[in-house]
Order: sequence, then C-alpha cells, then structure tokens
Amino acid sequence: MVQPLDRLKESASQTAGPYVHIGCTPNFCGIEGVYPDDLGRTMLKPETKGERIRIVGRVFDGVGTPLKDALVELWQADAAGLYPSPQETRGKADPAFSGFGRSPGDMASGEFVFDTVKPGKVPFKDGRPQAPHVTLWIVARGINLGLHTRLYFGDEEAANEADPILSRIEHRSRVATLIAPKTVEAGLPTYRHDIYLQGDRETIFFDI
Amino acid sequence: MSGGSFYQRDRTWHPPAFTPGYKTSVTRSPQKALIALDNTLSEMTGPVFGHGTLGTLDDDLIRNFASDGDPIGQRIIVHGRVLDEDGRPVPGALIEVWQANAGGRYRHKKETYLAPLDPNFGGCGRTISGEDGSYRFRTIKPGPYPWPNGPNDWRPAHIHFSIFGHGFAQRLITQMYFEGDPLIWKCPIVATIPDKAAIERLIAPLDMANTVPMDSRAYKFDIVLRGRRSTLFENRMEGN
Ligand SMILES: [Fe+2]
Repeated sequence: MVQPLDRLKESASQTAGPYVHIGCTPNFCGIEGVYPDDLGRTMLKPETKGERIRIVGRVFDGVGTPLKDALVELWQADAAGLYPSPQETRGKADPAFSGFGRSPGDMASGEFVFDTVKPGKVPFKDGRPQAPHVTLWIVARGINLGLHTRLYFGDEEAANEADPILSRIEHRSRVATLIAPKTVEAGLPTYRHDIYLQGDRETIFFDI
Repeated sequence: MSGGSFYQRDRTWHPPAFTPGYKTSVTRSPQKALIALDNTLSEMTGPVFGHGTLGTLDDDLIRNFASDGDPIGQRIIVHGRVLDEDGRPVPGALIEVWQANAGGRYRHKKETYLAPLDPNFGGCGRTISGEDGSYRFRTIKPGPYPWPNGPNDWRPAHIHFSIFGHGFAQRLITQMYFEGDPLIWKCPIVATIPDKAAIERLIAPLDMANTVPMDSRAYKFDIVLRGRRSTLFENRMEGN
C-alpha cells in the first residue's frame, strides 16, 4: 500500500440534450421574463476597442445535416490580446469587452453568429506569440462531452504559419479545418467557419 | 486565485463520444483522435460572472416564471458545493440549470410529450457559488419522461447542470439524478458513462438535515471541476 492521493474525480459529463437552450438561452426559445437577456448574446459595447468582425458558421453531423439544437460558446482575448479574466496577469483587458459569446444557432438554418472584435495575439507557454484565435466549445444532443476547438483567421497567413500549435499538427491537410476564410458581408469583415463533427472534413478537436 | 494549467482530463471516466446505445451520438461523434493541447492562457482563463448578473428569483424555479400561483409538484431544494479535484472550493462558479416540470414536460417548441405544460413553471434557473463553493436553488422535482431512442426508453428524473469554473478548460455540462430512481440504471444516456462509480457521483441523495419542515425536501449534489497545477513549478512566460 502507498499513501492515497486523496484526489476527487471530475464530475462525469452528460449530454446537454435537446433542450439546452431552455437553460442557457431561455429568451431565445420563448421563455421570457426570467432573465432580462440571454447570457453571452452581446459581446460588444459602442466603446469596445478593436476591429469589428462577424463569425458565422454551422455545425454538421456525419450525414451532412446541420445541427439545429447545438449551443456554441466562444472565448477570446480582446483586441490587445488580453483576456478579461482574473487569471490574466499581463495587464487589464478592455472593460468594454466581455470576451465571452454564446450562440444558440438559428432555429431554421442552424447558423451560429458572433459579433465581436478581432483578437490580438496571446503568448504560448514559452513566450512565442500564438496566431490570433478564438476558442469554441460545442455542446448538443448526441455530444456526450463538450467539444473544444479553435478558429484561426484566414487573413493571418504569416501568423498562422508560425503558430506553435498549428505548426505542430502532424496531418497538415487537417489544419485548414481550423482556419476561417475572410469575406466581406454587408460591409462587415466576416469569417465563415463550418464545423464538421465527423467524416472526411472532420474538424480538429482538442484534448485540452 | 492564481492558477496554472489544468490536470489532464480522465477521458476513461467521462462517456466516450461514440455510444451506439444513445443513437444520436452515432453521427455526432468525432472519429479522429483528439489533438492534445497543452493549456495556454486561452484555456487557463475563462469568463467570470459577478453576482450582479443574477436577478433575485434566478435561483427559485418555483417563483421565477409563476404568474398565478406555485407550480404543481414536489417542492425541493438542491444544494451542494462546487469543488476542484484537490477538494478546494470553487467560488464564483456560475451554475445554470434546466429541467422538465413535475409531469416530465419541457417548455420547448420541439417537445412533443403529451404531459401538459405547467403555466407557472418555466424550467430554468441559475446561481453563483459562494466563497466556500456552496450553492443552492429551489425548484419542483422533475418527472421522468419518454424519449425517442429505443421503442420504449424513459429518462430518469434529472436536472441539467451547466457550470463555469475559472478557466474555460473547466467548462462542464452534466445531469443530476435522484436517489432511488429505478430508471437510472435503465437509461441509455446514463449508460454512456462507462464506470458505475462515475454514475453514482451524479446521483443526489435525499438530505433530511437540510429539509425545510412542512415545506421542501432537500437533495445534495456536489460538483467537481478539474483541478489545476500551482504555477510555482511551471515555465514562466517571457516578461513575467
Ligand atoms: Fe432532460
């Protein structure tokens, strides 16, 4: 026998199920008057610093059908690369920026939308800069444990090339699943980013 | 709270992605290996929600949607602590819950179960853990309900929980079950969890000591989030 480590086990995950929106975005699904607004619906204020961008996409299952009951969450640094979090020790993030977005996906098309600012660079553990990116977390009926992935920006070719995480990915053909091409829609820089849960185009998901 | 990277997630303890007994997972489960990502600031940080986020009835599902009286059903209190894997309390954790009403019916457009809606029950609530990691909310006990999976599958009574810790890597959604429910051991979603001990940690016992006499029974549900390394022995970032 040896001494016990006395460590607890993390609570096991269970699927968010088909009605995750009741708990996480109740106003979106018609439960009004309980909360004034859905958490994470707006990330910006008029005075938020940085370039306004839009991130849109859908989540596809292995048959090619877009999910209409998913919930996508986004976490990112501000335009200067600082996180609005107590764990951020490098400086104070823009107080007019939440860094956190939550999108239920359109009921008809399944499209998720985030209106945000383009994040600045955040250092890797060894101090090298990471390419600008946002973290995405996806839950839905049929997903037993939330899926972590990232979105990198298609117009940051040099930074993506040098990124310490992207450059370490062995299967080079899969790197593109993390990079959103830039378009301009209604005058707004827009990054279209579809996520594939399965199949030839399966998105890279991380064990973080 | 200072903090380094999080302990590796034990993915043999969590349900795997592909669980054919739960049919929807078949086409929604990634088939390629996950890519290991040593935590960076992007994973070690996370949104923190202040108590100012909350309305006064957010933690009271008996009252927060009611229009002309209390909802039908068994009045209960659900309480417990949010801890990390080292047993330390996690203060300031936002907990969001959602559930069916006493008849097993959700307030949702896509819900087709024939049990009736309760005009006084919305089915969502939220709270934030205190300095000692404790939380509580008041609700009515949800009913079990049938669902389309096998020809005759029923969910045990359960409450869905979404929890934010201090880092985005701690993000967790799970479900709480009730002691003594025979449907727990027949449920294909519960059965996605491979380890019986992991399932038992999701079953809240009746807690008579915290019952409000002549009013509500209590169930105790502790939640454990991932623990994190001390920053002391980790590589320091440039400029720090
Ligand atoms: Fe449910």
